[in-house]
Amino acid sequence: MAEFWVNMGPQHPMTHGLWNMRVKIDGETIVDAEPEIGYLHRGYEKIMEVREFQKNVVLTDRLCYVSSVTWSHAYCLAVEKMAGIEVPPRGQWIRVVSLEIQRVASHLMWLAAYGPDLGLLTGLLWALRERELFLDLLQLLTGARMNQNFPRVGGVRNDLPPDFDKYCRKVVNHFMKKLDEYEDLMHSSKIFLMRTQGVGRISTADAIDWGVTGPNLRACGFDVDLRRKEPYETYEEVDFEPQVWRGADGGDSYARFACRFGEMRESCKIILQAIDKAPSGPYRAKAPRRAEGEGFARTEDSRGEALFYVIGDGDDRPYRVKIRSPVFCTMAATPLMLRGNKMADVVAILGSVDVCVGEMDK
Amino acid sequence: MGTEDVLMQRVQGRFPSEFRDLLIARPGVIKGVIDRQDLMKVATALRDEMGFEHLSCITAVDWKDHFECVYHFYDYDTAVTFQLNALIPYNDPKVDSLVKLWNAANYHEREAWDLMGIEFVGHPKLDRILLPKDFRYHPLRKDFPQETERQYISRRKLKTGGR
Repeated sequence: MAEFWVNMGPQHPMTHGLWNMRVKIDGETIVDAEPEIGYLHRGYEKIMEVREFQKNVVLTDRLCYVSSVTWSHAYCLAVEKMAGIEVPPRGQWIRVVSLEIQRVASHLMWLAAYGPDLGLLTGLLWALRERELFLDLLQLLTGARMNQNFPRVGGVRNDLPPDFDKYCRKVVNHFMKKLDEYEDLMHSSKIFLMRTQGVGRISTADAIDWGVTGPNLRACGFDVDLRRKEPYETYEEVDFEPQVWRGADGGDSYARFACRFGEMRESCKIILQAIDKAPSGPYRAKAPRRAEGEGFARTEDSRGEALFYVIGDGDDRPYRVKIRSPVFCTMAATPLMLRGNKMADVVAILGSVDVCVGEMDK
Repeated sequence: MGTEDVLMQRVQGRFPSEFRDLLIARPGVIKGVIDRQDLMKVATALRDEMGFEHLSCITAVDWKDHFECVYHFYDYDTAVTFQLNALIPYNDPKVDSLVKLWNAANYHEREAWDLMGIEFVGHPKLDRILLPKDFRYHPLRKDFPQETERQYISRRKLKTGGR
């Protein structure tokens, strides 16, 4: 049978946004694949050049609605590196708290989307149910469920609300029990394992070569977590275990699933530690309005390595901002994961990569 | 002496004349400025001899009189970042493509071509990636106008009538 191209997208239940995965198939086997992106391009880097440093936080929130705080934080960190601003310790700890709450919420959104990708609607309902608890925490902290506009250049917007540690403990204890339930649903489901194990494999060398980062790289068995490698904020003082695939043959959908799943537990641990360790004091430093120089910051985003490169020319707006989106780079490597697999597994593979189109298209 | 000092001296010894500027920008970050014709050999040496296995990011910057391509290389073992700035003349925006060394450069270079109009010589498929195929401009260039007046009106702007 002749080979032909199939368009999966731009409108497709699997795409979690607006992009097109062109797949070349021979019968049921994928011969080649080509992502087509850019449907959601909003010109972020250009818009940011005419807005003041502080006001760009509103924009970076919307890079990915699923993990707004992590993106805004990466931007603020880059501007702080450029202007040489030191964030007070309490501000750093509050950032760690909000980052990790956001990470759990983001991973739960991924889990919620991954369930239906495999025909597991229970996964969607369960994950969204628990995600609401973490969004409630964020709402308590920042006043908004999504697009929180919380990090500031020089700190965070507001202090922890009263009794926040109690709420955190309550939610985390509840969630830990629910995670065991998830484990029963996913890890011990034979169908789930059949759909994910040995599917969509990428080797460690290829993953590094193509710039795959974050949980997708750790799933290959390569131990790199930027929170450990070059700790920003106060991550060097918290105790957690970077989730790396320890099995023999990693890099498949199941390994990616396992790494993200384990990360939720670790994030919960970090939340509790950070809540306890946050010292009293100011949470925000006064940031200068204008800045000159260049600075970049890389953080461990929910989806991989986020990098902001900011240049200031002495004005109150950035001269140039560059956003390095982890999904953008992972997307370049998806053809490697897809080749040789069956057409029916495309959804199972791309779901495990955790695509967020907003940050990919900028 | 930190890891980055040792690395910087190795790079300095390997390329005594290529670098216009070589310094430690902040702990863990080395910054080097080169001309575009030296990019390929410096990048090759960084990858093969110095162990920078991860190409993190490629940024194109429009400085109005010249372009600059900023490469961020990262070493997973030592956690050192090498920021390499390659200077590119304005009237001939061409630079060697790094796809032969890192496949990660593929999408970054396509994006830089798309938004900034820098041509990467040797790139296997230098097409637009984010903008439509029939788009005729490179919008991140500084001479591409932007309707700043309609973006927002700040209080300061209303008071002073401009910046």
